[in-house]
Amino acid sequence: MNTDTENNEIKMPDVSRLIISGAPHYHSPDEIRGIMFMVILALLPACLAGIWHFGVRALWIMLLTVASAVAWEVLANKVMKQKLSIYDGTAILTGLLLAMNLPPTVPEWVCVLGAFIAIVLGKMVYGGMGYNPFNPALVGRVALLLGLPSIMTHFVPPMHSVWNWCSAANTVTQATPLVLTHATPHTRAEIVVDYMDLLIGHCSGCIGETCFIALLAGGLFLICLNLIRWQVPVCYIGTVFIITAIAHHASPSAYATPVSHVLSGGLALGAFFMATDMVTTPLSRTGSVVFAVGCGIITSVIRLWGSYPEGVSFSILIMNALTPLIDKATAGHPFGTVRTAAQEVGK
Amino acid sequence: MFHVLILTVIGVLLALAIGLVAKYFGAEQDPRADQLLELLPGANCGGCGFAGCADYVKAMLEGRAKPGCCPGMTPASLSKASFILGVEAEERERKVAVVCCRGDESVAVNRAFYNGVTDCVNAVMVANGGKACTFGCLGLGTCARVCPFGAIEITEKHLAVVHPELCRGCNKCVEVCPRHIIKLVPAKAPVHVLCSSPESFKIKKGVCSAACIGCRKCAKNAKEGQITFNGFLACINYANPPEAEVADVCPVHVIAASKAQQSK
Amino acid sequence: MFNQLHFYGGVHPEEGKVAQSSPIAEPPILESYTVPCAQHIGAPAQPVVQKGDKVLKGQLLAKPNGFVSAPVHSPTSGEVVELTTCLGPMGNQIPAIIVKSDGEDKAADPMPLLDPANSAPDDLKQRVGDAGIVGMGGASFPTLVKLSPPPNKPIDTLILNGVECEPCLTADHRLMLENPDAILAGARACATILGVKKVMLGIEANKPDAVALMTERAAKFDIEVHQLKVRYPQGAEKQLIYALTGRVVPSGGLPMDVKCVVQNVGTAAAIGEAVTLGKPLYERVTTVTGTPVVKPGNWRFRVGTFYRDAIRLSGGVKDDVRKIISGGPMMGLSVCSLDIPVMKNTSGILLLSESEIVQYEPHPCIRCGRCNDNCPMGMMPGILSEQIENMRYDLAEEWHVMDCIECGCCSFGCPAHRPLVQHMKRAKAVVVAKRKAAAAAAAAKKPKA
Repeated sequence: MNTDTENNEIKMPDVSRLIISGAPHYHSPDEIRGIMFMVILALLPACLAGIWHFGVRALWIMLLTVASAVAWEVLANKVMKQKLSIYDGTAILTGLLLAMNLPPTVPEWVCVLGAFIAIVLGKMVYGGMGYNPFNPALVGRVALLLGLPSIMTHFVPPMHSVWNWCSAANTVTQATPLVLTHATPHTRAEIVVDYMDLLIGHCSGCIGETCFIALLAGGLFLICLNLIRWQVPVCYIGTVFIITAIAHHASPSAYATPVSHVLSGGLALGAFFMATDMVTTPLSRTGSVVFAVGCGIITSVIRLWGSYPEGVSFSILIMNALTPLIDKATAGHPFGTVRTAAQEVGK
Repeated sequence: MFHVLILTVIGVLLALAIGLVAKYFGAEQDPRADQLLELLPGANCGGCGFAGCADYVKAMLEGRAKPGCCPGMTPASLSKASFILGVEAEERERKVAVVCCRGDESVAVNRAFYNGVTDCVNAVMVANGGKACTFGCLGLGTCARVCPFGAIEITEKHLAVVHPELCRGCNKCVEVCPRHIIKLVPAKAPVHVLCSSPESFKIKKGVCSAACIGCRKCAKNAKEGQITFNGFLACINYANPPEAEVADVCPVHVIAASKAQQSK
Repeated sequence: MFNQLHFYGGVHPEEGKVAQSSPIAEPPILESYTVPCAQHIGAPAQPVVQKGDKVLKGQLLAKPNGFVSAPVHSPTSGEVVELTTCLGPMGNQIPAIIVKSDGEDKAADPMPLLDPANSAPDDLKQRVGDAGIVGMGGASFPTLVKLSPPPNKPIDTLILNGVECEPCLTADHRLMLENPDAILAGARACATILGVKKVMLGIEANKPDAVALMTERAAKFDIEVHQLKVRYPQGAEKQLIYALTGRVVPSGGLPMDVKCVVQNVGTAAAIGEAVTLGKPLYERVTTVTGTPVVKPGNWRFRVGTFYRDAIRLSGGVKDDVRKIISGGPMMGLSVCSLDIPVMKNTSGILLLSESEIVQYEPHPCIRCGRCNDNCPMGMMPGILSEQIENMRYDLAEEWHVMDCIECGCCSFGCPAHRPLVQHMKRAKAVVVAKRKAAAAAAAAKKPKA
């Protein structure tokens, strides 16, 4: 096509280089990679707290899990003949979340196995990011928990010595606060749980789940950036609080206080980072609330009456399975449809 | 040991229950239904006007439909189906789809780069698609995706081509093409005009070197009424098709011998 | 002082209104104008002139062809050189009349002047039709049709749309600043035609000068001015009605179902000029903008001015242009040629350079729900687009795809860059085609039965 050269001083657009495409021609600066980066950033305080509590080995486990998650994804991409998908950052995030859900004493091979289950069986077999029905990190964790219960529940007390290499062999074990309150309901009154310890994470547990303050800070950061919906953690934690409060009120000797339930275990990690995972939770705001309340109920039921001391992972996975149903049930009426029905009646 | 026994008993009881229910409450089915279903293409294309092959079979058995409604049946299976139903076999001409455009990337001009959803319907909504000829195949594969028989191939140069040996003439691609350049034609027609643009020679020459130039050479070499003209576009009269030799006189080779005939 | 009214959902793209401080400029008379006969939705106008005819500025070139149609007038004085076709912004050929100007720009006698408040409604309505006025916000629906609601749909509110929520465009903003009286006179005339008392003008809060000026002038005409929250698509009809009156237009319905009529301020100004000056619609304010444009600005272009001339008058371009858009960046049409004439609905010509090109790709959805939150119609674009990708148009119809207003908020905010609204447009086209086919089939069956 001809370019316009009739006036030498004025440059005209070159028609042969034009692109045509459908509107909109603008796009917001948001991208998947940016979102994943922000979530990883929000997890950093909890990671640091984990390293502070459990020593440098916690860092080693995190690095190893992240590295193997990325490696498994590359391998899966190659086998499935896909484009390399690691650049969107989801593999790093999944690896990190999985590491935070592991006790600091796990052997290295468990990290690699967990990463395999999370990435390959939890995500890639469904077609990759966006198609997985379950939160991959939780798939990895629950598979390990059910398959290797003794390794996955081998908890050590925090040492506050960064250079401590806590392996299973050289440390004393200590039950997590939840195990204590769960296993010994009748002697519960004797167990004194210091809320301050729970807040800063001075207790045994998985690497990333003990420090409530750090998780809260990360969660608030994500809420401020509008990357997660505030309704999810509020409804999740709120539901757990209400149910455990009722139980505690009914029988203070049998059930722990609601505050200790909220502060202990993986609730904060689950509520801020797992129940808010985009891919596996409902699309609409209403759906998210239903999802969060469901998680809260299942978590409380498992914690209070189940045979496992902790129910966050299970509850989120169960609700993940219900997500399509929730989506269908909470599909809103578009602007104006309710009115039509009324008008048709009027006619 | 005891558990095994209990489970075995439960299993046997359930199997018995299923068997009894199937025997006494099961819906009676015409034995011909399965035979008829076998004869249908099974693509559930809806070309017969019923909701899928099974529904069509039901309609045939109830006498609501004739066996000839299915566009995808081969003549052999059609006569078998007629025999099963005990009706007189209809003579039916097999039809195939043909994409009336041969303007692939090497011959047709693009007036802009289309950078949107890979779908012809979308492309037509955006400045009428990237191809300068408004009657040209966009080659984004909308027809290929709706084809229940996998008979449409999008070539490397972005042109849709129907493979007549796979085509069952269900009309789906004809309906979906936003440029309306796919036609359903008799499979035995010897030649097709692979251009759909009735626009003037001046316009067509600027946008595609494979367009029908309207020179009327083909009409002169065919019998009266075999080739008609719509503007500058030659059209085959499929009721009275010209001989295959007409293709040889076309200076731009836009008249092509039918592939259905070639493959025979 | 004003509480900012708004609607549910929406996005806030970068405004980029660089041309908002440049006054509306008058372009010189061009050598020739290519006036399209189909500048409106509906049947193309029928030419009443022939090759070689001498015409004056404002003289009728083509008369309406049916009820949903509008006449076309000559943009200047001169000679009709050809009745031909030209490329429209949709990429299709449309009938057009080429007028070669004689340079004198002699105007035809104006139509008799009317009084917007006191003339007979039928006379005013006749004038709106005769002046060839169409919706100038973009849809180009003949205004006469909009102002003739069926008797069973009473109207009680006239809403003027001065929102201009599209980024980059500033034509309506400048018009409100420079010609407020024409807008208000036009609004008054519409109110007289419709017999409504309440007239509301909505302006987005990013145009405080326009809000102040219009508030000052509107008092005389008894028109309420409201400031609205800066949120795209605030200017969409249904959203604007909701923000101003709280009324919800029913699904599949029109503003008149909730007793409202919405007019763009540009349309109102054209009506005002047609009524008080007797001038038909042959020119409009258009923004020429974009980062590659040397001198972005607002122009009062005659209808039939090629984009090529519009860009040249704006000083040409300084960068490599990769996209030319007729309209704004959120809903505008990307065009493939410079030889497309400015029409009655061309609110802007936007040029984008290489770095601004957005790529929408079929990445998998990460289900972040942002499209849900952004959708001003409360739909679920994420789920819909997956259904449409799998060609389940039946499901998409069930999930209310036909309510989509095609504002593009879903695609704009999608972090996976999915072409969501593009999918919806396709589904709408397919569903409409299907409904038409079904209606045709039903009509074909009836006579037999």
